[in-house]
Amino acid sequence: MASNEEILAGLAEIVNEETGLATESVELDKSFTEDLDIDSISMMTIVVNAEEKFGVRIPDEEVKNLKTVGDAVIFIANAQA
Amino acid sequence: MARKVVITGLGATTPIGGDVPTMWKNALIGVSGAHTLEDEWVAKYELPVHFAARCSTPALDVLSRVEAKRMDPSTQFGVIAAREAWADSGITEIDHDRLAVAFATGIGGVWTLLDAWDTLKEKGPRRVLPMTVPMLMPNGVAAAVSLDLGARAGAHTPVSACASGTEALHLGLDLIRSGRADVVMCGGAEAAIHPMPLAAFSSMQALSRRNDDPEHASRPYDIDRDGFVMGEGAGALVLEAEEHALARGARIYAELAGTSVTADAYHITAPDPQGLGATRALKAAMFDGRIQAEDVVHVNAHATSTPVGDKPEYTALRAALGAHVDNVAVSATKSQMGHLLGASGAVEAVLTVLAVYERKAPLTINLENQDPEIPLDVVTTARDLPAGDIVALSNSFGFGGHNAVIAVRNV
Repeated sequence: MASNEEILAGLAEIVNEETGLATESVELDKSFTEDLDIDSISMMTIVVNAEEKFGVRIPDEEVKNLKTVGDAVIFIANAQA
Repeated sequence: MARKVVITGLGATTPIGGDVPTMWKNALIGVSGAHTLEDEWVAKYELPVHFAARCSTPALDVLSRVEAKRMDPSTQFGVIAAREAWADSGITEIDHDRLAVAFATGIGGVWTLLDAWDTLKEKGPRRVLPMTVPMLMPNGVAAAVSLDLGARAGAHTPVSACASGTEALHLGLDLIRSGRADVVMCGGAEAAIHPMPLAAFSSMQALSRRNDDPEHASRPYDIDRDGFVMGEGAGALVLEAEEHALARGARIYAELAGTSVTADAYHITAPDPQGLGATRALKAAMFDGRIQAEDVVHVNAHATSTPVGDKPEYTALRAALGAHVDNVAVSATKSQMGHLLGASGAVEAVLTVLAVYERKAPLTINLENQDPEIPLDVVTTARDLPAGDIVALSNSFGFGGHNAVIAVRNV
């Protein structure tokens, strides 16, 4: 299982791949919608890619609770535990 | 009196050039865009056809990776061509509520559809990407072009197989004449060089099997023609109400004088052997543009290089133009770039507009022994078109019995 830093770095790569945003801009306190301007379709793509990368399952009903990058990191870390 | 419609912008990405200047230069020299396919799937599926005419400039050399990710390859080509045409038009300010899109495709997002099917089978439904539906829908290209330009007077997708691109111009002319738009981005896009369409077109004996000599496989009107060569790409044209173009001092290439669409109602794929539907389309486009047979100096023919397709088009041209057909310079540009299916009419419209504007006819290559049953004056060496008022026609015909014709007049 990955550390929180490794999860953040992995998520940043996924976000960069999907949106072109620089990996440095993907920080724990950033909101996916407000700060990173990620729409719902891109969010679902990011979720599915994160599931594959981290070997976890992120249920659809959980996705709306992942407001910030930090929310996602914590969810993935807990799911891996 | 109907509003006069002119063409003020051109764009293309094709197997013989990734932009209009390159394509036009090559079209006058006579080059082949057909090459052996290096893809592993050719051998894996034992495809009977080993070659095609790919776009000479890959879409990812023009679009950013992130931009391209949300587009099927057909839409990528369409957006590239539309951006070139838009820049070429020089339009900087426009009422976006008066700007429409008529962008055609024959097949649509076939790569996206089949990739998603592969993903479903291999990895399950969770891995099927959420962008799959907007990428595979046939209106995806019109929608993407509309988004890109901010075109809000409607985004349309005529679908009539290989007549689609020409039908887009027919629709665009109507939109402006009827007053529903002042400017229309018209075009066609296709990206179907995928093993499934290649297998399917092969099954129906439509594709050339000249695997050992791809560059000479597309040979319209030649006695040894044995099928078409699959191409890909897009063409785009900015149609504009004449008064709108004049008011902004636009460079005007030509007038889109007349268009028409007819249906054979004869057979789902075979052309009417008498060319009756094509004849009616030719006559209707000429009537629409108030054109006499003697006005016509050039035809960009549909001429796909299939044994059964090329002759009925000749029959139709003779029926529509009479004895004057012997004086018309005919170009079969699919000899160079293969058959771009739903994009072919749009790309050939770009070539036809340039032929009128530059007064030069593009070349037909690979014509070694002309079929004696098709005694057309085929342009195989550099040919200037005459001075004075001239008209050129471009034909497109599609599976389903679709016939579409445009008539382009100098200004």
